[in-house]
Amino acid sequence: MDEDVLSLVVFSGTDDKLQAAAVLTAGAAALERPVRLFLQYWGLDAFRKDRIDRDHGTSPEAGPEGRARMLALRTAGQATWVETLRQAKEIGQVEIQACSLSMDLLGLEPEDLDPLVDGVEGVAAFFVAAGGGQILFI
Amino acid sequence: MTDTATPPVSRTIDARGSFCPGPLMELIRAIREGRSGDVISVWSADRGSKTDIPKWVEKAGHRLVGVYERDGYDEIVVEKIR
Repeated sequence: MDEDVLSLVVFSGTDDKLQAAAVLTAGAAALERPVRLFLQYWGLDAFRKDRIDRDHGTSPEAGPEGRARMLALRTAGQATWVETLRQAKEIGQVEIQACSLSMDLLGLEPEDLDPLVDGVEGVAAFFVAAGGGQILFI
Repeated sequence: MTDTATPPVSRTIDARGSFCPGPLMELIRAIREGRSGDVISVWSADRGSKTDIPKWVEKAGHRLVGVYERDGYDEIVVEKIR
């Protein structure tokens, strides 16, 4: 049971990486695997409620062409990572936790975060919940 | 496969504007809302759907009625079992 849990450490705060994390989350949730997201650094910053719907840019490796392709898919109607995470939470067991150290780093309080975020936890709590399941760092 | 292999469809989801994993998400929602025996047809232009949806159907314990190639999209027909 423990090994079914998929844990994603979401470190990056650009839209391409958040999109990839959201798609992985939705896929695992669809297969009834519990999924836990642990938000650190810029990944956490992207979940601030005053910024979550903003353009978060793309990672450097995307380059101008990658960025243009991301925008084209968006224009064609691709669900945003925020929408995909909301859907994943609707259909499956998905828990999103903010890293307490990153909260301190960014000077954030729980009320500064979008309601998608379920709570704040430390790294030990993260590993206990991850159990023997896979952990991915994005 | 031909259309005659398809039992009466109770609900059609036109997910041709959605990208992976959108069509699967829409199917899951329809399966949850439906009743056993419902036959749901998903239209998807996302290339992943014709492999993704059958894999999910098998794992989730429903029945794949068929995957049909249409003009510019795939039609995947699923019967809700449980």
